[in-house]
Amino acid sequence: MAKTLSEKVWDAHVVAEGEGNSPDLLYVDLHLVHEVTSPQAFDGLRTAGRKVRRPDLTVATEDHNVPTLNIDKPIADPISRAQVEALRKNCDEFGVPRYSLGHAEQGIVHVVGPQTGLTQPGMTIVCGDSHTSTHGAFGALAFGIGTSEVEHVLATQTLPLKKFKTMAVTVNNKLPDGVTAKDLILTIIAKIGTGGGQGYVLEYRGEAVRNLSMEGRMTMCNMSIEGGARAGMIAPDETTFAYIEGRDRAPKGKDWEKALEYWRTLPTDDGATFDHEVILDAATLSPFVTWGTNPGQGVPLSAAVPDPAQFSDPVERTAAERALQYMDLQPGTKLKDVFVDTVFLGSCTNGRIEDLRAAAEIIKGKKLANNLKMIVVPGSARVRLQAEAEGLDQVFLGAGAEWRSAGCSMCLGMNPDKLSRGERAASTSNRNFEGRQGPGGRTHLVSPQVAAATAILGHLAEPKDLGM
Amino acid sequence: MEAFITHTGIGAPLRRSNVDTDQIIPAEYLKRITRHGYEDALFKAWRDDESFVLNHPIYKTATVLVAGPEFGTGSSREHAVWALMDYGFKVVISPRFADIFRGNSGKGGLLTAQVTDEVTEQLWAYLEADPGAKITVDLPSQQITAGEIVASFEIDPYVKWRLLEGLDDIGITMQQLDQIDTFEQNRASWRPKTTA
Ligand code: SF4
Repeated sequence: MAKTLSEKVWDAHVVAEGEGNSPDLLYVDLHLVHEVTSPQAFDGLRTAGRKVRRPDLTVATEDHNVPTLNIDKPIADPISRAQVEALRKNCDEFGVPRYSLGHAEQGIVHVVGPQTGLTQPGMTIVCGDSHTSTHGAFGALAFGIGTSEVEHVLATQTLPLKKFKTMAVTVNNKLPDGVTAKDLILTIIAKIGTGGGQGYVLEYRGEAVRNLSMEGRMTMCNMSIEGGARAGMIAPDETTFAYIEGRDRAPKGKDWEKALEYWRTLPTDDGATFDHEVILDAATLSPFVTWGTNPGQGVPLSAAVPDPAQFSDPVERTAAERALQYMDLQPGTKLKDVFVDTVFLGSCTNGRIEDLRAAAEIIKGKKLANNLKMIVVPGSARVRLQAEAEGLDQVFLGAGAEWRSAGCSMCLGMNPDKLSRGERAASTSNRNFEGRQGPGGRTHLVSPQVAAATAILGHLAEPKDLGM
Repeated sequence: MEAFITHTGIGAPLRRSNVDTDQIIPAEYLKRITRHGYEDALFKAWRDDESFVLNHPIYKTATVLVAGPEFGTGSSREHAVWALMDYGFKVVISPRFADIFRGNSGKGGLLTAQVTDEVTEQLWAYLEADPGAKITVDLPSQQITAGEIVASFEIDPYVKWRLLEGLDDIGITMQQLDQIDTFEQNRASWRPKTTA
């Protein structure tokens, strides 16, 4: 029977098929762990006298509440410090390898997996973090889990799960110049809504997706969860293989040949059917930005803030009214007339080397707008090192931006990097929820290119507005 | 986990859609390493506003939350479930739940009852007309009763079974260790490892 990519990966990992209403028991190839969603899980193991079944398929990193300044000093916030120390202690006690602050591989969990070569096609990957969907860019079935499930995977290396439904998101034609993977995924979320992907694994396909770099594909898969989907996937191809080859944990020699042979069987078969399909024309897209407080509330950057009265759905109308009030925006205001206080470049959505390069190219030789603050936070220590080797840090510093150490940082404001009340940000992260980047903070989600142009001009802008 | 059969308690109307887990519990509370003690963190940003529904004294002892669609979207934090349960909630009723939140609820013993938009609207009207009114949620019959309102709700049959039995997942899986061993023996040897 013809199968989709996700069905192939699923079927290859069923340990025991569920009978009747019961879920399948699915094997987990890689379990990524971080400090926030794991302490209660390790505690559970200890209480029950259980071990970590496969420490060799588990790896931990410190990301969510690590500081991005003075990382050689003890963490100043005692509660954050206690949590990071709990992770170190738990990992050491249970034999789980960890990338702690100061290690070259330390960084945001979804940047670490791919950069080490641990993330590979056809794998099942889980993490106590909803943006685990990022790894789907490699043709892995990767999804976020809760802390109880973290404990379950630590103890058994499996998860009881019901099969996801499948949705094809086909993006035909080419993206116009200056339109990025971020604009594409924000457009898709605005189209399907924050609940549109509920219960589905999305498979992104079509010419525009095939043309994306691995970084771009990761940006897309990363935000699948913002459309309600548990996972997003892209079939592996030569771009994928070229990215993996030679990385630390990639298969080598004969193993590489074996792996390649298997990976080439993964793409969705001709004639396989999806439960649902969405089709977009890439050629019609333009830079995209959110105006509201959920990632589905977005419009093209060239447009104006919508009028809630124009929404036919009463739930959406109320949500829009609330959002505009929170965001302090008036219907009809051109988004390019919206001035921002802070620009945040980073996160697991857009904190990879390619993102930093794209922003640096726009910023090079220019100065930040008056009174505007920009913080640049590489996704991992390795990305930071690479960027420094390329001189990107000097570009950002020269423009007046701050150059930080790796972590989640202002994406969720668990560390000291927060927006203050009423502060408005253009952010390359993935969530614009009320207070997400700091209590009372206001977030516009954008691509790295739009973030960079905005940093120079002071209002939401695209490179074109700089004559680029 | 405690079994869930039937529950009657005060219903709190939360007239909002897209209640994401950042609203249910902000990130600053995620630094703790315990599983309990999150009652004060629940809806923290909103509770600073006096007019917020849960600030009404009558809802101090509310146990059934009635919310708009897309409840629990966003971050996978299970703390959201813990905060709701620590506050005293046993049931959340909504037209649509985010997948991860629903999964987390099932693990923790919080019942997520999915109803239609119309039923949600009726329940809100009923609770707002009579603050402190009670709602009964019966799991075996999948039925909600509130005054004159009688409505059925949806729940995954497997989650229902586990809640009724009060079973914990790890215990169930531990009975399948042989199958896990067999699976591991047949796994391709080139799959990556995290250790040297
Ligand atoms: S960067 Fe943001 S979205 Fe990504 S893992 Fe960290 S907190 Fe979560």
